Amino acid sequence: MLDAIIATLAATLRYSTPLILAALGGMYSERSGVINIALEGIMLAGAFTAAAVTVFTLNPWLGLAAAIVAGLATALIHAIASIQFKADQVVVGTAINILFLGVPALASGALFESTGSTRQLEQQYTLSPYAIAAFAVAMVPVSYYVLFRTRFGLRLRAVGENPEAADTAGISVERMRYAGVLLSGVLAGIGGAYLSIAQNSLFTRNMTAGRGFIALAALIFGKWHPVGAFFACLLFGFADALSDRLQNVLPIPVQFIQIIPYVLAMVVLAGFIGRATPPRAIGTPYVKETR
Amino acid sequence: MKDALKELIFPVIAVVVAFLVGGVIVWIVGDDPLLVYQLFFASAFGSVEGFGYTLFYATPLIFTGLAVAVAFKCGLLNIGAEGQLIVAAFTTAWVALMFPGWPAVIVVILAMLGAVVAGGLWAGIPGVLKARFGAHEVITTIMMNFIAVGIVSYLTKYHYNEPGDPILESKAIAQVKDGVVTGPHIPRLHDVLAPLGIDFPSVLPTNVAFFLAVLMCVAVYVFLWKTKWGYELRAVGVNPSAAEYGGISIKRNIITAMVISGMLAGMVGINDVLGFRYRYYDGFSAGFGFTGIAVALLGRNHPAGVFLAAILLGALHRASLFIDIFTLKVSKDWAVILQAIIILFVACEAIFRFGARRLLPRKT
Amino acid sequence: MSDDTRYAVEMRGITKQFGEVVANDHINIAVADRTIHAIIGENGAGKSTAMNILYGFYTADEGEILIDGEHRAINSPKDAIALGLGMVHQHFMLVEPLTVTENIILGAEPVAGLAIDFRQARARVRELSEQYGLKVNPDARIADLSVGQEQRVEILKTLYRGARILILDEPTAVLTPQEVTEMFAILRGLRDQGKTIIIITHKLQEVLALSDNITVMRDGRVVGNLPTREATAEGLARMMVGREVLLRVKKDEARPRQAVLSVNGLSLRGAEGNAILEDISFEVRGGETLGVAGVEGNGQTELVEILAGLREPSAGEILLEGKRINETDTHERKRRGIAHIPEDRHRRGLLLPFDLASNLILGVHRDAPISGSVLLKRNVIIDRAKRLVREYDVRPPNIELPARALSGGNQQKLIVAREFDINPKLLLVAQPTRGVDIGATEFIHRKLIEMRDNGAAVLLVSAELDEVLSLSDRIIVIYEGRIVGEVDPKTVSEEEIGLMMTGGRAGGGGRGSLGREEAASTGTRHPAPDIQDKI
Repeated sequence: MLDAIIATLAATLRYSTPLILAALGGMYSERSGVINIALEGIMLAGAFTAAAVTVFTLNPWLGLAAAIVAGLATALIHAIASIQFKADQVVVGTAINILFLGVPALASGALFESTGSTRQLEQQYTLSPYAIAAFAVAMVPVSYYVLFRTRFGLRLRAVGENPEAADTAGISVERMRYAGVLLSGVLAGIGGAYLSIAQNSLFTRNMTAGRGFIALAALIFGKWHPVGAFFACLLFGFADALSDRLQNVLPIPVQFIQIIPYVLAMVVLAGFIGRATPPRAIGTPYVKETR
Repeated sequence: MKDALKELIFPVIAVVVAFLVGGVIVWIVGDDPLLVYQLFFASAFGSVEGFGYTLFYATPLIFTGLAVAVAFKCGLLNIGAEGQLIVAAFTTAWVALMFPGWPAVIVVILAMLGAVVAGGLWAGIPGVLKARFGAHEVITTIMMNFIAVGIVSYLTKYHYNEPGDPILESKAIAQVKDGVVTGPHIPRLHDVLAPLGIDFPSVLPTNVAFFLAVLMCVAVYVFLWKTKWGYELRAVGVNPSAAEYGGISIKRNIITAMVISGMLAGMVGINDVLGFRYRYYDGFSAGFGFTGIAVALLGRNHPAGVFLAAILLGALHRASLFIDIFTLKVSKDWAVILQAIIILFVACEAIFRFGARRLLPRKT
Repeated sequence: MSDDTRYAVEMRGITKQFGEVVANDHINIAVADRTIHAIIGENGAGKSTAMNILYGFYTADEGEILIDGEHRAINSPKDAIALGLGMVHQHFMLVEPLTVTENIILGAEPVAGLAIDFRQARARVRELSEQYGLKVNPDARIADLSVGQEQRVEILKTLYRGARILILDEPTAVLTPQEVTEMFAILRGLRDQGKTIIIITHKLQEVLALSDNITVMRDGRVVGNLPTREATAEGLARMMVGREVLLRVKKDEARPRQAVLSVNGLSLRGAEGNAILEDISFEVRGGETLGVAGVEGNGQTELVEILAGLREPSAGEILLEGKRINETDTHERKRRGIAHIPEDRHRRGLLLPFDLASNLILGVHRDAPISGSVLLKRNVIIDRAKRLVREYDVRPPNIELPARALSGGNQQKLIVAREFDINPKLLLVAQPTRGVDIGATEFIHRKLIEMRDNGAAVLLVSAELDEVLSLSDRIIVIYEGRIVGEVDPKTVSEEEIGLMMTGGRAGGGGRGSLGREEAASTGTRHPAPDIQDKI
């Protein structure tokens, strides 16, 4: 019995880790005022790159580093389009998600002659899931500190709430937003790498399976707060672990457990239980008033 | 006419640039871009059969493109067409299964209504949440997508699956034997056109849902630009304050736009369930709901544009299969990438505008 | 001011032109060190432009600025801050979910290691707030503060950045009377501790009570510089509004009929329970024009929107030809004959990307003959559009153009055409000629008189005193959400009406003396909530 509990808790942590990373990443972006529905695509980019680089270098740490670069590059596309060119942030996010449905598949065909997977890695070439899990958990207080204690965090929050006020205080709205979006690239990229070279030992087609969106739901359910998002991720990870373990025992079908995150996110958005208010400037490009 | 051409400029540039970038990708992967372009045109437009398939793939995209466009005309971004069409497709099959032994015509009509109503309701929920509580429709429609997938796959697996069928699909609503379909369904183009002396290949899955799609283009055009309701909906999309001043209810129009959007997305279910597979098949949608965003953007949220854009992206879908087979390295995912690039470029129209501004002398 | 006066700020020969409009015409303002200097004038007199130039938002076309006697180039607010200037905008620049301290230090945060040194920041905020009597809890969230407290935070923001010269734009516009009293004490305290303060305002009583020196502006020019002790309310009012009346509108004597609009005890409370409109009652009869005079932001916008059915009043009754219409919506009111020319044609009045024909049906688009039960009647719409464009001389007369393509004057004519064509019983007209050229202004005025002569009741709200005086048959003056008096445009002097508009004193036949009412008034105003925010 105790074993089962411990195993479930361990599984909860394993399932939660990529969610925590992506949700914290999304938090930086959204706190700066850029809605980030591209977390899914960024994770896919990170997951594929990590696996592919590890296959060729047999060094998962290089794979992880490459995932960060891939996440950054993907986030940069988002930032340039939505901050520089003031494109609709949601449309850009959707395009990125579609893009990284295709890119890993095409690249794996070219590199591995497969239809969307990388070669399987041997155990020794993967990272310990718990190492990354520990990093993810550590990022929670770190993010809290960054967001609420540092100059950077204060400015980030100000830019996401009232860019005009931040601007008059001499803060570059664009620069802060770039920083927020790029940070989401780093963290979601690591979250992707976790899936392919820590939790598993290869990349498979669409392996994120909506985790980017669950992370988004967790971020909303956690009211854009690092600790809140963390617990939301744990809750969703626990639901996953539970449905995994008790697949044939549980009276509730697994599909219903899987939709819990989304239902909860909608419920708080509508304000049925404690309203979640997004950063006020979210989704709107900042256009300096031209006088 | 001049206006229409002006509207076309940026989408055309975006498509051309996207195809060029796509060519570069082909080259990087290690294939011949020219071969790919050639395959694209030959397979999608080069034969009656190829074009027939293009139309078949364009059909759901016309529905979802119109769905996104209608919402957009009211200032809303419906990211949830995918969920709406899933719920609608399941409902189509479900309704058809509910009335065994009834005359096929009546069942078909009821099933079609089911599709439209289910899609409309599924989109109406985010509409109400937006109008009533101000919940961001983008987030709620995304969430509704996943909820749709969860509920529908549950129902399919546990309640409407043929016992012993390992595939996640519902029971069949009509039977096919020796090319003859018995049971509720809508006819394929071959069967409709043959009496008129037109020999449309019988292998093609293209069915009368394509006509419905064309009809919907016209209907949406008439609705948006010729009726008082369309006028109100567009007014809210352009300037809610002014609309309110003109006695137009912002809330009511938000809900209306979402419901209509969902109804249009729901018609995808008619094409797939009643016109092609004759059952609900889990995973039938190749991301039609998301491609609909590309279609609407590319088509400038106008039904005529949506139609053309849907043909283009339908062609891309059709051609991707051939490109996959007849090239060494390029897989069908190339088409998916191209679609993403098109969306990015259309969304970042400013890139081209900046370019144009730099090239052209500035007027002051 | 003696010759050895030291000046904190001198603006010499400052000129600024926006397109055709000369916003500042060679203005000279000298602000003596350690004084409170008021700049007064009507809307559009050029006060804000001058201060925005001083603070580096705009660059002057001509002229020079001296700070503490030295020539300075101020090209951005950053330059201004470096020179010790601080500005408190009328619309506060605060981040609501952040705390007072966080807002004050934003952009100039003290750090210790990696983190913000909140202890030091808080101590500094507390120190400043005690030194200058700006009481506010450093740890409170902005969202939880009253408007008066928010203003203190704004002032603290400037002080935290080392401002010696403070510019306050309409600082009392959003405050309750008690808060105004407190703010005066704070500002005096700041002056006594060595700060120089410039306030922009149009409220005469406040100017007289608070300032040391006054600059009066009118039509982009400085028309007076004087020490406050030499000023009188009457004199200032004359300087502010007394000008040649440029508009001479010929009109016959009104022949009023029965009351078309009756408003009884109308009140409106803001989100915080503050009174925006207080017990407003009046009547407009058919065949007459009732003018509403007042400085903008005294509740006129809200009044018109309530009458048009765009807002719900907190109390009071609205009667159209004796029938209560409180419960009817905007569309129904239009159907019953209420036309409305909104004050902001871009925000409310037009669908800018739509073509002229489509704009001309807004509000009547649901009714016959414009629409059938389903389809809009294209021919009717086009014929009507062509006719209206011709009758109202909208140029260019191409009904397929988007409304955006028209000039301000023609856009306004478009709205006038649309509203007058419903053959209204009552016209709600707000700022009908704002940003409109002379030709269109004359045209619109003529049409307004024509409508009146044909028996319509006209309620005219305008910030242009000339306009109100020349078009109205009767005038009510509104100040801080109350009617402070009714005057006869034929006999009232501009000085008198100017005084009433600026809270100077109540006019003849008004509703009691303002001096007493002002002390008891709880009227505060907030910027109208942006409806677009809600959707």
